[in-house]
Amino acid sequence: MNAKKSSFFDHVWDFFCSLKLAISTLILLALTSIIGTVIQQNANPQDYVREYGETAYRIFSALNFLDMYHSWWFLTLLTLFAVNLICCSIKRLPRILKLVNQPNLDPDERFYKTMANGGELTVGLAPEKVRDRLAEFLGRKFARPRVAEGEGIIQLFAQKMPWARFSVYVTHLSILVIFLGAILGTVWGYKAYVNIPEGSSTDKVWPRGSDTPIDLGFEVRCDRFEVQFYPGGMRPKEFVSDLVVLENGREVEKKTIEVNNPLTYKGITFYQSSYGPMGDPQFHFKVRERATGKTVTVVAHKGQPVRLPGGQAFRVADFTEHFQTFGSAARIEMLPDLAGKNPAGRSRKSFVVLQKFPEFDAQRGGEYIFSLLDYKQRYYTGLQVAKDPGVWVVWLGCFFLVAGTFSAFFLSHRRLWVTVRAEGGKTHVRYGANAHRNQAAFAIWFEDFARDFEESLKK
Amino acid sequence: MSSVNLFNFTTIAYFSAMILFVGYLVTRKEGVSLVANIATWIGFVLHTGAIGLRWYESYQMLGADGRAPLSNLYESVVFFAWTIVLIYILLDLKYKQRAVGAFVVPFAFLGMTWAQLNLNDAIDPLVPALQSNWLTYHVITCFLGYACFAVACGVSIMYLIKSGKEQNNAESTPAGGVMSLFPSIRVLDDINYKAIMIGFPLLSLGIITGAAWANYAWGTYWSWDPKETWSLIVWFVYAAFLHARFTRGWVGRKAAWLSVFGFAATIFCYLGVNLVLSGLHSYGGG
Ligand code: HEM
Repeated sequence: MNAKKSSFFDHVWDFFCSLKLAISTLILLALTSIIGTVIQQNANPQDYVREYGETAYRIFSALNFLDMYHSWWFLTLLTLFAVNLICCSIKRLPRILKLVNQPNLDPDERFYKTMANGGELTVGLAPEKVRDRLAEFLGRKFARPRVAEGEGIIQLFAQKMPWARFSVYVTHLSILVIFLGAILGTVWGYKAYVNIPEGSSTDKVWPRGSDTPIDLGFEVRCDRFEVQFYPGGMRPKEFVSDLVVLENGREVEKKTIEVNNPLTYKGITFYQSSYGPMGDPQFHFKVRERATGKTVTVVAHKGQPVRLPGGQAFRVADFTEHFQTFGSAARIEMLPDLAGKNPAGRSRKSFVVLQKFPEFDAQRGGEYIFSLLDYKQRYYTGLQVAKDPGVWVVWLGCFFLVAGTFSAFFLSHRRLWVTVRAEGGKTHVRYGANAHRNQAAFAIWFEDFARDFEESLKK
Repeated sequence: MSSVNLFNFTTIAYFSAMILFVGYLVTRKEGVSLVANIATWIGFVLHTGAIGLRWYESYQMLGADGRAPLSNLYESVVFFAWTIVLIYILLDLKYKQRAVGAFVVPFAFLGMTWAQLNLNDAIDPLVPALQSNWLTYHVITCFLGYACFAVACGVSIMYLIKSGKEQNNAESTPAGGVMSLFPSIRVLDDINYKAIMIGFPLLSLGIITGAAWANYAWGTYWSWDPKETWSLIVWFVYAAFLHARFTRGWVGRKAAWLSVFGFAATIFCYLGVNLVLSGLHSYGGG
């Protein structure tokens, strides 16, 4: 009964340790991941129905294809992958520890036969002399050897980079560390956004796909937003916001953020992500009455009538920053007198005023001469807001992943054994070496090494 | 001399190299392979010069907004071709197996031809999202990784051809004819493995620098957009390749097929995602 039970668990254990499971999971992850790149994720139901039809939508939805990377089955696959990694490491690590910590210090002939590189020779020196020569030679050319002396026999063992054996484990562990970081970020972090009009502030941000705002615990104010365009077009060059962080009304942090240059305060990061106009721009005009030469400066908002000295009124009917190649332009419409007392027959009249050419309007010959001094478009700045306490764990994992894979492939644990034995007045030397990676390169290196090795005993 | 002209000469050099490599396979004359290699080297020098020149031109055109030539589809294809030739040259210095050139240089030639004929070579200033040093790190590591996979794919095709011939010969003698110029199948298998061994950590770095950049630009290191997901798919495939070598039977032909398959996934990740699927990345549409 007991034996049967334990053998069942052995089977389960072996299953979770197996490399076959690892390969199957990797392939399954690769194949299933394709689904989410073909079917758009987290779109509107109507969009799916339009694209694939009602039935297909229901099926996709039932299979969690519409948010597959967070579906139970994909997460199960990832969990399986992690469990596989953990079990496999637990199973193999003791063996590697033993191999590194307790090297075979008493090699026999059978052991030497298993080694790809090695040789033997007989020299006239005394064993002790051989030992000293080799200790010196190995220390210089390879690594300082450990020496064990028995009856009529001296064993030397030297190794390089034994820790290279652990690089695979570092690699595997790094994946678990990345998972851990991702979980930390999901549980204790959030992704949100907020739009702040220039000049105002907020203490709340809105998480994606939710109506309840998150309280920041401090205030963020946008003092200025500016967008710059590349010359001759609408291609934005950069957009920047002056952000101020306020705690209890006191300024505690200030930064001009731009795309690729965020502001972080108390673990919450604000990223410049979009912008948009806030309401209509405000215009400053200089208006000269032709008859009297009297000049006034007026402020106008788009569409709203503005009264001029002399009784008439106008409004800004339209505005663009890119009027053909002339730059900013406002279309002005003259209005009947506000009180409506304007004599009939004086119909509305509209004309264009260019900011770049202040005297241009004089040629029109109207009663008033307009020049556009300035306009101010207020913007809101669109910020992504992220809190991710796990991100540093993820970067740590990434560092180990890269360090681990590079060293797994390019560093190798190399070992060398020498057995020195007195034999009929002479000394017999048997030696052998191996490397756990890149054996071909090691074999080439060993050819030269073996020559020097034997040379060192002949003089 | 503009960079576009210089790229045209590069393409011509690669074309000559490709023809010469095929000529080498046909004539089996060592001299031909030497000339083919020289053509490859000349192409590579021109190519390097042209990339440098384009870099300089971007500063001339855009003033302070100049940037490394790595930011649109044209530039990325040209850079990809450059990395492929770079990896071939390194491989040649180490292994001296010139027949490999016949299976690797064509990838570079195809890339250059496509870029020169079909892609927009205008030097446009960068939109704000791309104005980051991470772009450079990300592109360089990804493409070096991709180039390793291209070379692995090339030698895997050679492996499949050669081992297929040898399987058909009942007595399993080494294949003769053109095939005798191929490295032995053991060496091909080894190059395949080594190339992936170098490519895999580079791809890992490429994915990580991409994630770091995304995190710096908008606060999410991973958002499962199609490009990211496909790079992960490619990574899974090569991870499976590396582990499959430990289990019996996954060296040789199976490994070669997996390598070809992995490179197909790589190409889809690089081009298919933009041309077929939709996503955030900038190379879309060309
Ligand atoms: C995508 C995830 C993984 C990555 C990036 C990865 C990476 C690596 C690397 C780079 C090596 C060295 C390969 C070589 O020497 O050619 C390796 C070896 C190995 N991996 Fe993984 N691995 C992953 C997942 C797994 C999983 C899930 C298992 C579970 C069993 C596993 C088990 C092994 C084993 C047993 C070895 C051989 C170790 C040895 O040489 O003693 N790996 N892995």
